[in-house]
Amino acid sequence: MRSKRSFHFVKSSRKFLIASALITFLGIIAVSVFGLNYGIDFSSGTSVDITTTKPVEEEKLKVFLDEQELGEYILTSSENRDTIRFKAALNDQQEREFKAAFASTFDSNASFEINIVDPDIAREQQTSALIGMAVACLGIVVYVSIRFEWRFAISAVVSLIYSAFFVITVFSIFRLEVNLPFILAVLTIIGYAINDTVIIFDRIRENMRFAKLKTHADLDELVNKSIWQTLARSINTVITVLIASVCLFIFGSESIKLFSLAMIVGLICGAYSSIFIASQFWLYLRKKQPLKKVAVKPQSNTP
Amino acid sequence: MKRIVAFVLVVLVGFGIMGVFTPGLLNETKLGLDLKGGVEILYEAHPIAEGGTVTKEALKQTALSLEKRANKNGVAEPEVTTEGSNRIRLKIAVSTGSTDQERDAAIEKIRDLMKRPAELQFRSAEGCADGEYCTVELYGSDFKEGAAKVELGDLNQYMVRIEVKEKQKLTDVSTRLLQKNLAIFLDDELQSAPVVQQPLPDGTAVITGQNSREEAQQLADIINLGALPLKLTEKYTQSVGATLGQKSLEDTLFAGILASVLILVFMLALYRLPGFVASICLIVFVWVLLGIFYLMGATLTLPGIAAFVLGIGIAVDSNIITAERIMDELRSGKTIASSLRAGAKNSFRAIIDAHITTLIAGGVLFFMGHGIVKSFAVVLMWSIVVNIATNVFLPRFLLNLLVKSGKFNKPSYYSVKESEISAL
Repeated sequence: MRSKRSFHFVKSSRKFLIASALITFLGIIAVSVFGLNYGIDFSSGTSVDITTTKPVEEEKLKVFLDEQELGEYILTSSENRDTIRFKAALNDQQEREFKAAFASTFDSNASFEINIVDPDIAREQQTSALIGMAVACLGIVVYVSIRFEWRFAISAVVSLIYSAFFVITVFSIFRLEVNLPFILAVLTIIGYAINDTVIIFDRIRENMRFAKLKTHADLDELVNKSIWQTLARSINTVITVLIASVCLFIFGSESIKLFSLAMIVGLICGAYSSIFIASQFWLYLRKKQPLKKVAVKPQSNTP
Repeated sequence: MKRIVAFVLVVLVGFGIMGVFTPGLLNETKLGLDLKGGVEILYEAHPIAEGGTVTKEALKQTALSLEKRANKNGVAEPEVTTEGSNRIRLKIAVSTGSTDQERDAAIEKIRDLMKRPAELQFRSAEGCADGEYCTVELYGSDFKEGAAKVELGDLNQYMVRIEVKEKQKLTDVSTRLLQKNLAIFLDDELQSAPVVQQPLPDGTAVITGQNSREEAQQLADIINLGALPLKLTEKYTQSVGATLGQKSLEDTLFAGILASVLILVFMLALYRLPGFVASICLIVFVWVLLGIFYLMGATLTLPGIAAFVLGIGIAVDSNIITAERIMDELRSGKTIASSLRAGAKNSFRAIIDAHITTLIAGGVLFFMGHGIVKSFAVVLMWSIVVNIATNVFLPRFLLNLLVKSGKFNKPSYYSVKESEISAL
């Protein structure tokens, strides 16, 4: 990385910031127009995953489901695996009858995974997920403010909200199901994005200690240098976590597939935003103050 | 040389210990119901009598008797916890039965049992059709909890003594129903129908007419334990068939192992000696984390595995940060030993800051989340703590041993080319 230090992150930052703003703008439109495809965890209802030992014809299954009269449903069928979402939350009587009927009609060795969420719980989970995220962000801001300074904290949060929102946009556009694991993924992404950002900020803070900053151009150079110094780490870490997420996505069980997908999207976006948003945003805030007046907090002497 | 021997010894002994305990660890680690089948139900409790309230005490009592009932039915480790002011979460994992079908059936049976909370009523035939008891006079919640007991009467007959909370209520009922039947119903099933012999002014009553001690004890138990003061409705249900759970486990384990191997190869190829040390530390990390789950008696679930794999990602990150830092210091012309010292020192601050921010996010999830969010958070937080020990301090110690041995002085061992080193 060291030998070809040709790309200047700060000088090209404008393009990326504009692009990011554009993406966010499109995202807001997408989410407000399409909304999110809430799974049963947030919209209530019943999800049934059936693994069969022999293939079940989709047409026959549809006829069967209509016969059951359990209300509106969505069927996703693949070989030896069928996923049905009922809009209604079935009671346990209905659930049992459904299982028995399926077993006798199609496959007595079928294995079921059934989730039923009542509307009250769905609403509650939605609000508690949102509050959880807000509190987590707040906690991060407070910690980063204490360890660094408020400008770093604000920039870090702007960048992690961008990453989280990007993933939400992707899920909205591609109509992927938003369930509790998705919230987990978004929270993990926030964790990683903040990780990436902290590493770069730490380098900026360290470089500031010895830097004699006279002009804004000096500051640009410093940020650019810091990004380059941490770039190898950023890329390599993203690669390793990507290895894990991609493995889980391809080979993992159905229930964590979407989680892994959200992780993959979020990881890349998190690394991007720490470089092109967090650092640049900090630079923007920092330049608003005269250079001399702002003192970066002295480093504590950690071993 | 001594130090290399020390290094090899530490690694060998460490892996030896891991090797000995690993089979036990893997067998003993409890798997969640999503990995081996089972059912998780979130109940909401309502008072049986109208206008009643759900007290903390009543909720606890209900949870306790649910657990007892599950235990009576031979379920291994039913998990019953109260949540908030009026919820009970029940987890039952598959345990009995030799085939998957049998296991699924066993789960269904227990769920059924749980679903119908024993509702105790004392009824009279006042204003009912012949031979029927339809007027509820007393509810299970009117009785003092755990106060029913078996006594031996003067004529050596067995009887059950019960006690009510409000004396007046019993006095009224017994006066009104003098010489009439007061039938005891559990879940709409007639248990016994003793006749009221006299007015009962002191809040206790004796039910006679039990043929054996067992019979009397059974009735007392029904009144005590079975008398669930609250009615339960299912709010959230997750049930996983045994076959499906098994498949999820296999798929996810395979993905996890594959990912781990790929990550180790990647680290080795990229960072050479620090990569090698990192690989050792990563294996130790996974093992210690599993060990902690075992000691905590925690259950490994799918979200837990997801957090586990992410924990590995964080652990790798710590190693990468340190290795990169060492490379930087080497390039600036420092000796290997001082690069190591400076690299470890400079990377520490960044790693700790990053870890604590993630820990904050994990802590919030832990305290605010329920169910899968909580199990994810537990694993995430533990992996961060374990990570600091096994991937910050351990690699430093191992690398120190290797470097001080003087055998690994070539920069290429650290992925640094001679040409990149600038003269001091």
